[in-house]
Amino acid sequence: MFNTILPYLLAGISVGGQYALIAVGYTLVYGILRLINFAHGDIFTAAGFFMVYLAASLPVGLSIPLVILLTVALGFTVERVAYKPLRTAPRMSIMISAIGVSYLLQNLMWYLTGGLAKQYPGLPGLSGTVQIGPATTKIVTIATPFLTIALVVALVMLINHTKVGMAMRAVSVDFETAQLMGIKINSVISVTFVIGSAMAAIGSMLYFTNYTAVTPTIGAMPGLKAFVAAVFGGIGSIPGAMIGALIIGISENLIKAAGWTAFSDAFTFALLIVVLLFRPTGLFGEKTTDKV
Amino acid sequence: MSLLKVTDLIVSYGGIEALKGISFEVAQGQIVTLIGANGAGKSTTLRTISGLVRPKEGRVYFEGRDITDFGTQKIVETGIAMVPEGRRVFANLSVLENLRIGAYLRKDREVIEQDIQYVYDLFPRLRERSWQLAGTLSGGEQQMLAVGRAMMTRPKLIMMDEPSLGLAPLVVKDIFRIIQTLKETGMTVLLIEQNANAALHACDFAYVLETGRITMQGTGEELLASSAIQEAYLGKTGK
Repeated sequence: MFNTILPYLLAGISVGGQYALIAVGYTLVYGILRLINFAHGDIFTAAGFFMVYLAASLPVGLSIPLVILLTVALGFTVERVAYKPLRTAPRMSIMISAIGVSYLLQNLMWYLTGGLAKQYPGLPGLSGTVQIGPATTKIVTIATPFLTIALVVALVMLINHTKVGMAMRAVSVDFETAQLMGIKINSVISVTFVIGSAMAAIGSMLYFTNYTAVTPTIGAMPGLKAFVAAVFGGIGSIPGAMIGALIIGISENLIKAAGWTAFSDAFTFALLIVVLLFRPTGLFGEKTTDKV
Repeated sequence: MSLLKVTDLIVSYGGIEALKGISFEVAQGQIVTLIGANGAGKSTTLRTISGLVRPKEGRVYFEGRDITDFGTQKIVETGIAMVPEGRRVFANLSVLENLRIGAYLRKDREVIEQDIQYVYDLFPRLRERSWQLAGTLSGGEQQMLAVGRAMMTRPKLIMMDEPSLGLAPLVVKDIFRIIQTLKETGMTVLLIEQNANAALHACDFAYVLETGRITMQGTGEELLASSAIQEAYLGKTGK
């Protein structure tokens, strides 16, 4: 019994960790801007393509930091071009702009890549296999949860114990008063997009090491699931996003283990509906979501 | 010399003029108050000086320098701090963090620590609650914190927007005692109040703002003695 479930459990923890790294980006941006950044899943996809093209001509050791750098630049640019000019506009406008950016990125990627699936390169240290009891699995499966937890802990420390983290917390509750303290709102917002994009880039490396075909719309599903995870954990809460993502990843794979593979995606979205109906603030969400 | 000088300030929100050309001065070391009813343009005046709102016309001078086009961050650096209406402490930050964030632009670490102790000496209740989240403080304590936070920017001028609003009468007394203390330390205060009586008693000079225009000005005593003020703001009916 346990021997049959173990591989699924491992896969669940692993994919959950990958969702978590994407979910952090959603929840960070929401915490500050009250915006669901619909383009986040596509930034994740773009990170995948960056690696495909960079690794084709550069050593992987050099490609990894470059992918993170390019993804961060993309996230930063999206915010400056598509969200910043709408800072004082109604929140719905920014939301629509985010949907527009999402489709723009998807279509750009179709255009630039020709739309055919690209093979993700093997990353040394992650693509190898390892034997866990009766299960054989890729090293990435084991490494993901540890890396995810380490990154989330580091991020929580940054937010709770550094000056920029303090500014982020202040901006998240009150733009105007934060300005009166001399905080540059736009810099703080940029920092959140930089962190979110860097996390998505790392998440994409782990994810595509497992699912090696990169297509222009591949980010949509993990992006959506990470979004559900962020809502489930309580949008705005970083530990919540991680725990939500792990629960969703594990649940999906246990459902597959039970033989209901066709329903594993449906489960995630059913969970979203249930959460929204019965506990809209999620596991660790703020009690009041509206700004005064 | 006046520390702050505002000339012919016109501010409009979506075509409606909230300020219709006001001019006033705040002298160094004084408490100056703007009194007026709701919607007279008092908050707009402070928000314009802080750079949160851009004026259509008019200039703002601080220490003789034209700061009208400065951004909020630069205005804070120049030495103008604001205690916003409704206190607006960061509820999700601790009391200590609220003070530290007041010193956000400062680099002088050691002096910052001294200033925190100075604020704590002024408001011992805040020291007791240093690690508490600011959201758990009472209204009066939050007001002390908002003042302390403004002091942490090391300002030359503190602007206060309705500091007595929504506070119990005893606490209001405390607040005005704090304002007096600030003056004794050499601080210049620009105070906005609906509580005209308390404000006029506390101030050195006062302006009356009515629907975007300054209609009267004078020392606190002069305005307290004026029958028009007594009728309109102090609830005393003339003979």
